[in-house]
Amino acid sequence: MSSTTDAAPTSESLAGTPAAPKEKSALGKIFWISIIWIGLVFLLAIVASWIGLDDPNNGNFALINSSPSWSHPFGTDDLGRDILSRVIYGARVSLIVGFGAMAIGMGLGGTLGMIAAYRRGAVDTLVSAASYVMLAFPALVAVIAIVAFWGHDIWKITIIVGIASTPLVYRVVRAATLSYATREFVTAAKAQGATDTRILTRELLPNVLPTIISYFLIGVATVIILEGALAFLGLSVPAPTASWGNMINESRTYLSDNPWLALFPSMAMFLFLIALNLVGDVLRQSFDVQESKL
Amino acid sequence: MAKFLLKRLLALVGILFLVSLGIFMLVHLLPGDPTTTILGPNDTAHNRAVLMQQLGLNKPIWTQYFLWLGNVLHGNLGQSFITHQTVTSTLANAFPIDLELIVISQIVALGVAIPLAIASAKKPNGLLDRVSTTTSFAMLALPPFIIIVFAVLIFSIHFHVFPGPGSYVPFTQNPISNLHTMILPSLVLAIGSVVIYFRLLRGDLITTLQEEFIVMARSKGLSNRYIMWRHALRPSSLSLLAAAGLNIGGLVAGAFVVEFLLAIPGLGYALVNSIQQVDYLAVQGITLFVAVVVVVLNFIIDFLFTIVDPRIARE
Repeated sequence: MSSTTDAAPTSESLAGTPAAPKEKSALGKIFWISIIWIGLVFLLAIVASWIGLDDPNNGNFALINSSPSWSHPFGTDDLGRDILSRVIYGARVSLIVGFGAMAIGMGLGGTLGMIAAYRRGAVDTLVSAASYVMLAFPALVAVIAIVAFWGHDIWKITIIVGIASTPLVYRVVRAATLSYATREFVTAAKAQGATDTRILTRELLPNVLPTIISYFLIGVATVIILEGALAFLGLSVPAPTASWGNMINESRTYLSDNPWLALFPSMAMFLFLIALNLVGDVLRQSFDVQESKL
Repeated sequence: MAKFLLKRLLALVGILFLVSLGIFMLVHLLPGDPTTTILGPNDTAHNRAVLMQQLGLNKPIWTQYFLWLGNVLHGNLGQSFITHQTVTSTLANAFPIDLELIVISQIVALGVAIPLAIASAKKPNGLLDRVSTTTSFAMLALPPFIIIVFAVLIFSIHFHVFPGPGSYVPFTQNPISNLHTMILPSLVLAIGSVVIYFRLLRGDLITTLQEEFIVMARSKGLSNRYIMWRHALRPSSLSLLAAAGLNIGGLVAGAFVVEFLLAIPGLGYALVNSIQQVDYLAVQGITLFVAVVVVVLNFIIDFLFTIVDPRIARE
């Protein structure tokens, strides 16, 4: 198994080639634009209720499937609802599920990974074996089954996806911690009588944090895609709540009449995902995470 | 080597056992009452109890598990409460469809990714390399369900090149129109794989081309083409194999959405349908099947690794 994980699919990246200094500054610009864009999406999702948007769930039946106009910059959908407003409200679902699930995954998997790598022995063997069994499970299939039986409100989806991401996070964090756990500064801290908690939080965590952050962002992107996939199977947040996945899914029925309905949520999702991937990738490159140790 | 293989086989059996236990518990501990689904919500408690008895659902959960496992090991995955079709026949009908999708998409993906990676790696940072690297990075942010929606819009609705959703024809009935309907979903699945293979192989090749044995080969006066195909591509084939294994495992699950959207009756379609009908045995059977396929596939690929690179077995 260790041999297969060497080939993480995203091992190469935009910044992977030995770039001339001039190009580096260009990449920096894209990096900052991505950060600003992610921030803007967050901001809009938070203040959505106070910036005078149309009601995302109640439309104007006199104006259905309309093309973009001044009063409806993104047009309206099949129920006359403002697409711009639904795209902005829909960001809430992607953000909550994406960041929430990864927070759960990082909290559980990250903690276990650090402890397993630091303690080794029976704890490590047991948790690692469990993680392999969970990884053997096709995650999407498991998530579909659990969501379908347990129910699909936004919090349940977040929890389920969060737990499903745990084994992968565990492996990444464990591998990253392993490369530090036997270093001299840890031995020195132990010799000075530092407690395990202190070593984990003060000595190891700061070193592993860059890895955690970059994988966190790429993980969020993956989870947002998963929410979209669930939406297409009718298993994301129930209607009429807008989510990008739900909107793209609903647009299928009216594709020929109203392509705007598919275009804008797809653009929103695409641009947000690309920004997350870019920031995650640049962070990972600049902290020089050694993937071969995974 | 034999000892290593034996150890791996034991681990495989252990993992498969745990996976089967996991799936069984997952399906049984979740809410939803099959008797309500079969009899409707208004039947009497007595009829319910009789049915529970018939289905063996009133036995302790461990007994139920081992009964099920025993049947599974005999190739009997049970019979759907609802459609009365055996789960094995559902699988036999659905799996070839997934197989077809995956095989076509992987042929296309490797056929595009390998030449593209070679051409890009020849001149790192050249025009082709920059265009393809940037494009592939952008494609990472395009999930298959977005691609399929726009592919349907462009190719089915506007240009009528490929049939739209719901026009699946079985291969045995009409191979030509079957292939015609399968091209679009296969291509959509292929895009994701192209991105993964291209990025991996390009990075690998660029690293390999800087190695000393390549310089040696060049100084011997071997042609660039020969060096690329015989010397550089070879070590990279290992990581490509690994990526292909992981990716194909993911594709089994990833094909679900594409199938569901185009109403192609593969495994994903069958699974979502049986979930909606609270069809325990079908859900269990399909999930188990997919998990076993993925686990066994990874096992085979791990094994191939030890053949290609015997050092792994000695670790």
